[in-house]
Amino acid sequence: MVDDGAGALTAERPGGDVAEREARFEPKIVAFCCYYCAYSAADLAGSMRLQYPPNVRLIEVPCSGRVDPALLLRALEEGADGVYVAGCMEGDCHFQQGNFRAKRRVGAVKRLLAQIGWEPERVEMYNVPASDGARFAQVAREFTERIRQLGPNPARGRKVRS
Amino acid sequence: MIIAEQKPIPEIAAQVRQCRRVLVLGCGGCVTVCQAGGEKEAEILASALRLMGVREGWDTQFDAAAITRQCDPEYLEGIARKVAEYDCILSLGCGVGVNFLAERFRRTWVVPGLNTKGAGATLEAGVWEERCLACGDCILHLTGGICPITRCSKSLLNGPCGGSQGGKCEISPEVACGWQLIYDRLKELDRLDLLLEIREPKDWSRTHDGGLRRVVKEEARL
Amino acid sequence: MTANGCKTESRLERVLREGHFAVTAEVGPPKSASSKGITRHAAAIKEVADAINLTDNQTAIVRLCSLAAAVHVLQAGGEPVMQVTCRDRNRIAIQSDLLGAYSLGVRNVLCLSGDHISFGNHPQARTVYDLDSVQLVKLVHDMREHRRFQNGEEIKVAPPRFFIGAAENPFADPVEFRALRLAKKVKAGADFIQTQAVFDVDRFARFMQVVRDMGLDQQVFILAGIVPTRSAKALERTATVPGMVVPQELIDRMKGAADQEKEGVAIAVELISRLREIPGVRGVHIMAIAWEEIVPEIVKQAGLLPRPRVELATPA
Repeated sequence: MVDDGAGALTAERPGGDVAEREARFEPKIVAFCCYYCAYSAADLAGSMRLQYPPNVRLIEVPCSGRVDPALLLRALEEGADGVYVAGCMEGDCHFQQGNFRAKRRVGAVKRLLAQIGWEPERVEMYNVPASDGARFAQVAREFTERIRQLGPNPARGRKVRS
Repeated sequence: MIIAEQKPIPEIAAQVRQCRRVLVLGCGGCVTVCQAGGEKEAEILASALRLMGVREGWDTQFDAAAITRQCDPEYLEGIARKVAEYDCILSLGCGVGVNFLAERFRRTWVVPGLNTKGAGATLEAGVWEERCLACGDCILHLTGGICPITRCSKSLLNGPCGGSQGGKCEISPEVACGWQLIYDRLKELDRLDLLLEIREPKDWSRTHDGGLRRVVKEEARL
Repeated sequence: MTANGCKTESRLERVLREGHFAVTAEVGPPKSASSKGITRHAAAIKEVADAINLTDNQTAIVRLCSLAAAVHVLQAGGEPVMQVTCRDRNRIAIQSDLLGAYSLGVRNVLCLSGDHISFGNHPQARTVYDLDSVQLVKLVHDMREHRRFQNGEEIKVAPPRFFIGAAENPFADPVEFRALRLAKKVKAGADFIQTQAVFDVDRFARFMQVVRDMGLDQQVFILAGIVPTRSAKALERTATVPGMVVPQELIDRMKGAADQEKEGVAIAVELISRLREIPGVRGVHIMAIAWEEIVPEIVKQAGLLPRPRVELATPA
């Protein structure tokens, strides 16, 4: 990863055009992935050599239900352009209800973002089975693209929390 | 517990955006139980206000904290030093907490982050409902424990009005008829005789109508 | 008590005690400060009804008050029944209004809980309900029979002596409790009852059976309520109102009628004649709100004209 000096992190792609690189905003994405499903799928994607954008930083949690609104908002405060939570398929959560809680909380954060003038699309909930590395990669690609379209987090580079 | 609900964020924002340093203060009492103003909610609200400030271009600092309760002087003393660093406290306590903070921290602007909705209980996770209007003159031994002042939309004392239908109150199909509830319960307990007695008009002077209420327990005084 | 067994100077009481089948009708005061409509309706209805009810901010919508409306009816030569709800006034205001109404010649009151404030056009107003309808009946009764204000204080001069009415809805829930609630109102001192609108006569007859078994028909004058319907749509809407029971066959009849208003009148007349047959029913209360002009026609077709002439008895 290379800091282009304008606050955007770009991936160094061998042979890429410099001007093109500088013009392209590279989103910083944080993904909370549950140990039992989503993180396993990420591992699988890796061993299957499936490409997904390096923009996505994974944070492993025991269950997507561990994630609460305060964490999602904090990620945005710290400069993430987009945050998603990836849990087990509905009905398959290792802890029964965890992914349902996560879904509701992501929904609550979306509503809150709308109230404060931020795009609700910057946070999302996904369900990825452990065996589906391809789905994991697809989610990472789709979300990165979505955030690329939305543009950078206005809090980027600023000290939001005292 | 006292049940309350957070005000919409834009409404809160309008109250605090002019301040320089705002302490978003949660309360570990009732509002933690009904998930309106506990430590977690304070953290989330402070985050949200910061993020809002980024977009809106505010110059305001928001910090979150929480104390055990906002209705006991000892706990307020505990944060006195911290409060001195702020020009505004956004209280996430119930109305009592807001009042009490304002009385104690005279040079700090105190604003409410919640709308207090009464004394209630948890029906299920995420749902709380009013059960007591603090009328100061409890008569629940006469109605099988179900409060006609609170559960009847008209606070009638002598049985249901003509608008009771299918166990629902005339004001909405979502609202149970309090008197149907009382009737069913007394029937189950074989005490329908209680419903035949004429209840006299209530002494409303024991509610707030009679003035600000104070409770004193002499043997508890130091 | 007066020489003829009447407790009050009420003409309605006189009609009932003399054994006539009574007719009362309702007039809804306007959302204005004009008495013209009331006076017009009163002039038309006074010949065909023994008393005229004036509603009290019905459905919690602000209207000319029932006290003033009652006085307008008096001035037009009619006999008013002033309706009093518990929703908007506390016991001080209510007793005050009762003294005022009586001083102006009103002799009948109907004591009600009142429709909830949320139905009306000022839903943000403070709800009162200092009293409920049972307590209100007792209050008015004690003013008459014991010459006392609600606080127990004696009314030294000129206590108001109203003929006291209460309402009952035989079709509300809990059904098994309705007759018992009626008994409570009688015990509290109600002299007459006007019921909620009856469309299902069989069901009402079953209610009256329970009432008779309890001996209540001997203790209170029961007037059955009728709401004449002018269209099938109106009847369908009525069917959705809490506390109203409307048999489907009546709705079908209205739908199939060539002249719905005429059919509505016919239905009202039939209901009246069937209700007259039920022992214990001592009169009918016609609630033709917003269609007051139809009342004379209904009373005429029901064969209830002419109304009895009663002289105001002098108090004993």
